[in-house]
This record gives sequence, C-alpha cells and structure tokens, in this order.
Amino acid sequence: MDGFIYPNEGAIQWDLLITIYPYITGLVAGAFVVSSLYHVFGLKALKPVARFSLLTALSFLLVSPLPLVIHLGRPERAAEMFLTPNLTSAMSGFGYIWLLYLLIVLLEVWLAFRTDIVRYANASDGIKKTVYSLLALGVLDITEESILVDKRLIKILAFIGIPGAFLLHGYVGFIFGAVKANPWWSTPLMPIIFLTSAIVSGIALLLVMYVVVSKIRKVTLDHSCLRSLTLWLGGFLSLSVLLEGLEVFSMLYESEESWGILSKLITEKIPIGYFGIQFLAGSVLPLFVLGVVAIYKWPDQVKMVLAFMAALLVMVGVFAMRWNVVIGGQLISKSLSGFTSYTPPLLGEAGIVVAAVIVLLPFLIFAVLSHLIPPWQEEVKLREPKRLSF
Amino acid sequence: MKYSRRDFLKTAGGGILGGIAVLNLPPLLKDITKRNRGPSSLPTVSYAERSLEKSYWGFVCDNEKCIGCGKCVVACKRENNVPWEPEYNRTWVERYVINEDREVFIDSPNAGRDGFKAEPMNIKYKNLAVWKSFFVPKLCNQCENPPCVTVCPVGATYTTEDGVVLVDQKHCIGCRYCVQACPYGARYVLPESAETHFGQVKVVDKCTWCYHRIHKGLVPACVEVCPVGARLFGDLRDPKSQVSKVLKEKRSYVLKPDLGTEPKVYYIGFEKGVQ
Repeated sequence: MDGFIYPNEGAIQWDLLITIYPYITGLVAGAFVVSSLYHVFGLKALKPVARFSLLTALSFLLVSPLPLVIHLGRPERAAEMFLTPNLTSAMSGFGYIWLLYLLIVLLEVWLAFRTDIVRYANASDGIKKTVYSLLALGVLDITEESILVDKRLIKILAFIGIPGAFLLHGYVGFIFGAVKANPWWSTPLMPIIFLTSAIVSGIALLLVMYVVVSKIRKVTLDHSCLRSLTLWLGGFLSLSVLLEGLEVFSMLYESEESWGILSKLITEKIPIGYFGIQFLAGSVLPLFVLGVVAIYKWPDQVKMVLAFMAALLVMVGVFAMRWNVVIGGQLISKSLSGFTSYTPPLLGEAGIVVAAVIVLLPFLIFAVLSHLIPPWQEEVKLREPKRLSF
Repeated sequence: MKYSRRDFLKTAGGGILGGIAVLNLPPLLKDITKRNRGPSSLPTVSYAERSLEKSYWGFVCDNEKCIGCGKCVVACKRENNVPWEPEYNRTWVERYVINEDREVFIDSPNAGRDGFKAEPMNIKYKNLAVWKSFFVPKLCNQCENPPCVTVCPVGATYTTEDGVVLVDQKHCIGCRYCVQACPYGARYVLPESAETHFGQVKVVDKCTWCYHRIHKGLVPACVEVCPVGARLFGDLRDPKSQVSKVLKEKRSYVLKPDLGTEPKVYYIGFEKGVQ
C-alpha cells in the first residue's frame, strides 16, 4: 500500500485467473483468424497450418470459461449468467457469445475433418471404428460433391467466425473499457487493443506450435508457410504497438486529473512489466527481429530459429499486456491518491499453480485431438466412382 | 427419408437461435419496460401512493461539523454485522490535511472506527506546514444512475423505488464486476468468515442506508449516533424534511460529479482534492 486507498480496496478483486482469461480467449481469436486467412481469404501459404489452427482454437476455447468460473465467489451459481441475464451488463452476454462461437468452431472443425473421420471409420475396426463412426455423426458421404459442399460450408463458417472471434475478444476488451470508474481501463480503444493483441498472440502461438510440433514429428516444416506467419505477425504486431502507444500518449497529452496517478503507475509500480516486457522485450525487440528475418536472405534454419524466438517473446509480451491492464488497473485506488499491491500466491485456487495448469490444459486437449484427428494429414482427394442417385 | 447434413445444420442452428431468443425475451421486455418509466429524475408523485416505497431518500454529510470520532463506523458495523477483521466497511471517515503548498494528505486508520486519536495531527503531520484539515464521512452514494446496477450480469443488484441500491445476496454470483464499477469504493466481497444477517459469504455487500431501519421510520444507525449532526437523512421529496431544508439553505456538492452517477449523498463544506 502506498498513499491513500479506500478501506475496501485492500485486496484486488480480479486476480491472476482473470488475467489469464483474456490471454486464453485472445489466443483463440488469433488462431481462428489464421485459419480464416486460408479458408476465407485464400492465403494458400497458410494451408499447412489451416486445420492445425482450427484445432488450436478449439482446444483453447474449451478451456476459456474455466478461470472465470473458478474465480466466481459462488461458482455454483454460474448458470445464472444464462438463466437471469441482466442485458444492460456488458458481462451478461458472455455465456451466449461463447456458446455461439463454440458452436461455429465445432462445426467448422467437424466439416474440415469429416472426410478424414469417415476414412478412419472405414479403415479401422473395433472400438476405433465406433469412435470414428460416432464422430462422423452418421454422415458417411465422402463423394467429391459432398466434399465440395463441406468446403463451401467451411468458407461460410470461417466467414461468420471472424466477426464471432472479434466479438468474443473485443467484447472482453469492452468489459474493461466500459468501466468509467477506472481511468486506466476506461477508453474506447480498449476493445480494439485487446483484439489486435489477441491476433498477435494467436499468430505467435501458432508459429511456436508449428515449429515445435514439426520437431516432435521429425518433419521439415513448410518455410513459405513460416514466412507468411512471420509477415502477418509483424504486421499485426506493428498495429498493436501503435494502438497501445497511442492510448497512453493521448492520456499523457490530455493530462486529465487521473494522469498524475497513471504516470506514477507505469513509471513506479509496473515499469518493468510495462516498459520492459510489454514494450521492449515483447514488442520492439520482436518487431526488429521479424523485420530482419523478412529482409535478409539467411538460411531457412536461421530464420526459423529467429522467428521462433520472436514469437515466444511476443507471447510473453502479450501476457504482460494482459497483466498490466487487468492487475495494473486495480493497483490504482479509485481515490486516485494511492496504490494497493498484489503478488499472486503460489498455491490456492487463484494461485500460480492453478493458473499454470489452466494455461497448459489446452495443449493437452490439443495433443488428444491431434492424436484422434491429425491436422497435418494431407487432404486426400478420394476418387470414388459416382454412385447412382435416386 | 434421407436426413441430409444440410437439414441437420438447419434444424440445429434454428433450435439454438430460437432457444437463445426465448430465454432472453422475458428479461429484455422487463428491461424495456423499466426504461420506459422515464429518465432518472426524481420519481413522480404517483410513487408516493405506494405505502412501502413512498419516500425518495437522500443523505447529507456536513464536513464542517464532522469531528472524526468514528462512532458512525462502529454503529454501522454493529447494526449490520460488517466484518471487523479483515477490515471491510459500509461507511468510513477520511481525514484530509492540506499543506501550505496545497498538497493533499489523506488517511483513514481502521476506516476511522477508533477515531484519529492514535495518530493525532501534531504527531503524524509534525513537520507539515498545515494549511487546513477536516474530516469527510463516506458511504454508498445510492446513485440515481448507479454503474454497479448497470454492470451486474445477473441482475442481483437493483434500485428500489425509494432510491436505494440493494444487493440480493442469495442471487449474487460473486463476479465482482460491480466492485470494479463503483467509483467510490463502496462495495466489497464478504469474506468467508462473515456472519451477516442474510447468512451469505463470498458475495457482494454494501451500505443500504440501513434499509431495514428506514422502513420503520428510523434513521440509519450512523445518523442516529452522530454526536454533532454531521450526518442527516430524510425524504428529498418532502420539502419539510431536514435534508431538503439544509440542501435549500446551503451550497452542496457531490463526489465525482463528472462521472454522471448522480450521487444522493450531498456534501456541505467541500474542498478541492476530496475524491
């Protein structure tokens, strides 16, 4: 505690769990955008990661409500969000948006993997056959026509999914941006900043996972795909840094009453996390590295290592950004005259261990999913004789 | 009949959209009708005919009278079983000290419940060239445009027709969005050890202006015990009430008026720097 805080502000309300929540949904939104870049905008270079990114988005999406529910004072009442929503609340739509988006992603995954699933069902027997037949939902038609229909549906879903992803994550930004009581949060830029940093973190995650998975599978990765990811990462990262900088610069320039405490926050309370990790290590340095990778004609292996490092840094940087927003904003007393303090505990329901398990859980889900329906399988064009229509 | 994938998608999609629409319709209608009741100005006289919620309550804190004895904080804690440890408060008292350079120093040891004798001015601010100092009592402002009510995702916090913001603690899910939204730090989450009258823990609690008392014609506990009359309570719509008279006679101010929350705790004797 430093200066004066209101007596009820001794402990912060939204802790580490609420910090990892926007981090996870951000990764979902970002990964989904990558898959849509291929499915909707036809960026052929991203084909090797198109289905990969869909599975990644699904894995993280399934976990995203977990930290929220654990964080509730009364988790047993969580269903009230669906049953008695108060529609003036920016938070009340969360359950519905999440559900809708889950549906879109699930459908898209099913369509994108349906041919594979049917093939597995046909080629296996025993329990495996049952599992795959169930996954196929009884639709065993894999004629060329039906594959074409699948592709059209995927395109439509991927198209709907983009605003869906933007809604899911921009919305999280709005939950913070619409709190007028908190000068560090209250800005209409917040949803956009959350969105751009989400896309950035999602692309970075895919890049990292693509490199790691390729190493594990001992296959050479597609360097033109990697190059494309690198360029998109650099592009969105530039936009993200610009917006984040603009936000604080206008606060400084306007110098309203709250600027006194805000400048103290970033220079005295969170300088390492803010200037050091979010801006220098998480934005400026990776931007420089990505630029170098894009410009110089170095061997592919070198470029891969550099891009991998840059993407890792970006992921750390985006986490720092979430922390600086969620925790940073709550360090300021609403009396604008002092600060409270927060260090996450190691154990306990909102501790570092629990948070780490939640963040690692999607990788486990991904491992299971990719074992069941490997996303790197080349899409095989089956040339079956046309059946007679009746 | 062949049930194609297209049919399946159509039915499933339609079913889900329909379900969402049906589930949302009642609260949406409720919401719209609520809004049609007009702007948040003083409710019209027709409310006055209702027996229970006929008044429109208001509160006055007179900073020129407050002596910082902390009796109000203790009375509140006893009346409403507000937790002593860990320290949470429905009301508290702040001490403001402004030096010759117009720097503002604020403190509120133990929310002012023991008064300020343990850290008197001449010791705590020994080397300070004091320009002026005074006390400011704080409590929920029962805003006419309460951001806490707006943000509650499940509608567990609401405004009564006599203008008091309450929490249905049996419905609150403990998401704490309202705590974030309140600009005055009036809300807190009941710790596991709390023993309030509603028997709930880990849900949000706040000042109710002693809603259980004011219904019986009593004043809130803090008003009752104030030895100097620094806290006044009454019906804003009744021109003969004490609050109406004081507000007519004196210049008053509210906290953070720029946020548009329209507080109903009015302050007499305001000073720049009071947040």
